[in-house]
Amino acid sequence: MTDPHAASQATSSEPVGSTDGAHEKGQKSRTGEPVLHQRERRFKSLSGREVKPYYTAEDVRGLDEAKDLGTPGEYPFTRGIHKTMYRGRVWTMRQFAGFGTARETNERFKYLLAKGQTGLSVAFDFPTITGHDSDDPMSEGEVGRCGVAIASLADMETLLEGIPLDKVSTSMTINGPAAVLLAFYLAVAKKQGVPLDKLRGTTQNDVLKEYMAQKSWCFPPLPSMGVVTDIIEFCTEHVPQWNTISISGYHIREAGSTAVQELAFTLANGFAYVEQGIANGLDVDRFAPRLSFFFNAHLDFFEEIAKYRAARRIWARRMREKYGAKNPKAWLLRFHTQTAGVSLTAQQPENNIVRTATEALSAILGGTQSLHTNSMDETLALPTEKAVKIALRTQQVLAHEIGVANVADPLAGSYYVESLTDKMEAEAEEIFAKIDAMGGVIAGIESGYFQREIARSAYRLQKEMDAKERVVVGLNDFIDDDDAGSLELLRVDPKSETEQLAQLEDLKRSRDSEAVAASLTRLRDAARAGENIMPHLIDGALAYATLGEMINTLKAEYGEYHEPPMF
Amino acid sequence: MSEDRIRVLVAKPGLDGHDRGAKVVAAGLRDAGIEVIYTGLHQTAEMIVEAAIQEDADAVGLSILSGAHMTLLPKVKRLLDERGADDILVTGGGIIPEDDLAELTKLGIGHLFGPGSPIQEIASYIREEVARRRQASA
Repeated sequence: MTDPHAASQATSSEPVGSTDGAHEKGQKSRTGEPVLHQRERRFKSLSGREVKPYYTAEDVRGLDEAKDLGTPGEYPFTRGIHKTMYRGRVWTMRQFAGFGTARETNERFKYLLAKGQTGLSVAFDFPTITGHDSDDPMSEGEVGRCGVAIASLADMETLLEGIPLDKVSTSMTINGPAAVLLAFYLAVAKKQGVPLDKLRGTTQNDVLKEYMAQKSWCFPPLPSMGVVTDIIEFCTEHVPQWNTISISGYHIREAGSTAVQELAFTLANGFAYVEQGIANGLDVDRFAPRLSFFFNAHLDFFEEIAKYRAARRIWARRMREKYGAKNPKAWLLRFHTQTAGVSLTAQQPENNIVRTATEALSAILGGTQSLHTNSMDETLALPTEKAVKIALRTQQVLAHEIGVANVADPLAGSYYVESLTDKMEAEAEEIFAKIDAMGGVIAGIESGYFQREIARSAYRLQKEMDAKERVVVGLNDFIDDDDAGSLELLRVDPKSETEQLAQLEDLKRSRDSEAVAASLTRLRDAARAGENIMPHLIDGALAYATLGEMINTLKAEYGEYHEPPMF
Repeated sequence: MSEDRIRVLVAKPGLDGHDRGAKVVAAGLRDAGIEVIYTGLHQTAEMIVEAAIQEDADAVGLSILSGAHMTLLPKVKRLLDERGADDILVTGGGIIPEDDLAELTKLGIGHLFGPGSPIQEIASYIREEVARRRQASA
């Protein structure tokens, strides 16, 4: 005879992980299924997707290996864009850096290169990424604070001093004013005597996601798309190794989206750039190979891996089948990954090293081309040198010690990963259809669709954490009373702002103001006539016209953008 | 509108585009029964102060993740005081190092909430602080 009290205890308060579940005692649910004892009633991914206890061949029954997977380096590239993957070369370790003045950031760059980093990635301050000079009244208090302040060619020259531009590739997180910052970079190359066709690097230049998530724009969406096309056209001709856009899901995810929303919104933006290029008479086989992507690596390990695999497959199919690309390079979705800043906690910050390492591992198993690992102290301040070094060392451990760089796409054929990959592709296709039905990406931005969807997902996650339905170690569970204040933090010296303002004042006094005025007039005329503005921006840069002067000249032609507030 | 209804202006000062926190907190406070007005992005201190006074706000919640907190928070507080609105609570959140918190408190800024703060905690703080201020001025 079983003791009824014992039975009721078994169903209501069975200890976590117990193997002594009621199903072993023959208990059945109303439908006759054995009752399984689990920690939760339902298990959901970080994005709210319900997952089953285990997956079987049944879950991947529709999968056609030849058609849907291929081998690594083979269409549709689900398994990666290279045959050899990291056996040929490990991913590029590219730590995003920038703070204070150009001189301070130049020192950080040289430090990172000396520690074995293989590419540069510039973080600009808010004035720069929104197209304001350091001395603009809106810039007060923000100069050099969360990135480096670059107001003119003079600052860019200091930033890149002693760095050989023909040997190092440089990624710039710059969007609204990307054309101007690229012009500064090209002007430095000209002055260093480096031919433009030797330059390698990336301008993020993905304005569409600015309106959705990162919110640093200069102009309204339509003229912004025109500037993007100017950059694509100019670089295709003159800077052929430059990645003209890094189509970014990172910020969409950081702003709160789910994994599928990140995937779908990002690729939808990608399609919009391709369609715009084709509509402007550009050859898809020539410009599409220079488009690159940038994804977030969040905490839900398998969901993230499936996301990268689905992204490659969707892109390859669209490029070949819908946009008619014949150049196999135009089918490849190459991407950079950054671990999720939002997943880090201010509490017990050392734990962030572990979060970052597992996120980075998902990006590697998902076949990323380059990777940024966040530092443990980034919920508190910009990272210290020590914290950045640990983050970089994390990548080096993953690359060289644990064997994951030896075999391409090792999770292929996993029932769970393949089924997730299929599901994410199907769900993304549903979102594409919805976006098409609303009239495309720009219409969706103008109606607030993307912004609302992202805010809603962010709020759902917050509620789950507040209700402790989702455990965050150190934050809502496993809490230490004395966890704060143990880390040494980086302080951006307020003198950086003063120093930057003084330099800018000097520049404005010493430059040839007539040459500046003349270059701005030519820029205005080109914008008005709908010509490619890139050559005029380079001329302006060489005359030491400032970022703000060039952007304001363009704003007078293109207009400004104000987002309707909503939450 | 009942007497005890609390009105909060949630604002994004400066050029900072990180609006996830502001929006999540705005939605959370609304669901906690607080009336919320959200300014949207790229507000100057002057615009925020004007809106707070026009909207008859009990509190201003400023979200700053750009590192400009030592400039923008004191500026909003100073302008409110100059307009005789020193009874409006100035609170907020973002990436704000501990050393700076102490200095901001000295300047009359209310509690600032860091990453991971539960919304109920923010709502309770605002309720208690606004009630205290109303009692003091009654």
